Amino acid sequence: MKKVRIFITLKEGVLDPQGKAVQEALQANGFPEVADTRVGKYIEMSLPDNADTAQEVQRMCDKLLANPVMEEYSYTVEEGIKS
Amino acid sequence: MKFAVIVFPGSNCDRDMYHAVRDGLGEEADLVWYENANLADYDAILLPGGFSYGDYLRSGAIASVSNVLNQIKQKAEIGTPVLGVCNGFQILLETGLLPGAMLRNEKMKFMCHYETLVVERNDTLFTSSYEKGQEIQIPIAHGEGNYYCDDATLETLQQNNQIVFTYKNNPNGSRADIAGIVSKAGNVLGMMPHPERAVEDLLGSKDGLALFQSVLHHWREMYVTTS
Repeated sequence: MKKVRIFITLKEGVLDPQGKAVQEALQANGFPEVADTRVGKYIEMSLPDNADTAQEVQRMCDKLLANPVMEEYSYTVEEGIKS
Repeated sequence: MKFAVIVFPGSNCDRDMYHAVRDGLGEEADLVWYENANLADYDAILLPGGFSYGDYLRSGAIASVSNVLNQIKQKAEIGTPVLGVCNGFQILLETGLLPGAMLRNEKMKFMCHYETLVVERNDTLFTSSYEKGQEIQIPIAHGEGNYYCDDATLETLQQNNQIVFTYKNNPNGSRADIAGIVSKAGNVLGMMPHPERAVEDLLGSKDGLALFQSVLHHWREMYVTTS
């Protein structure tokens, strides 16, 4: 099996009210140096070894997992996971 | 005239929509469960508010890839009026029937109160019973109603005259004060405020009723011939 880890964040330039609230809370709690906080999503899944992983994952992200209007995604693939 | 109110797991304004059509407008409506729905015989499709699929992933995202949306797309293509309110609007955005996306409200708060909307266009099938520039009182109830689109999309919306309702006092950070937009062809309307919750004085406003009356008027003009 392959383990796929997908990271989805709001595009740069798109307002992230959640990230802003988290950052302000951190700053108010002893971490004044924190900057550029963004909150995103993390999705993991297993795919069979024979899958065309890159293509599959991109199709899943484009169709459902990410909204290209406001979000962007990246992913990593870890091969050789024993099921 | 026969309206279909599409019900997803997690819809919660479906009854309000049903009530608006049946008791406010005085026309036929069915609550149509999203699975195995057959929309062939309906004259208008209503996507109600709520939290379809618990807002999992993104508001409206999972409903937008359900089978019933393929039928709705086909209906939209042949000109059937499709109205999406609140979560219904979010679903329309996720399917791509309307451009843009919804972000969290600027101030992160769920807001539930009346807003003043400005009717920017009264030449759509949804707004012909309003005056252009009319100010109407319609309740909002959302946490993610901060309409977002990029500059190019906004320009297209403006050029095609697709912005139908704007907020007089923008409550949520929406771009260009947008509260509701129509498709280029004009038969798909998405809006965050709830016209179905403002159809009789008892509810505090009946400014939403004219929207449903406009749809009925359009249908009569199109399909009912008088001898």
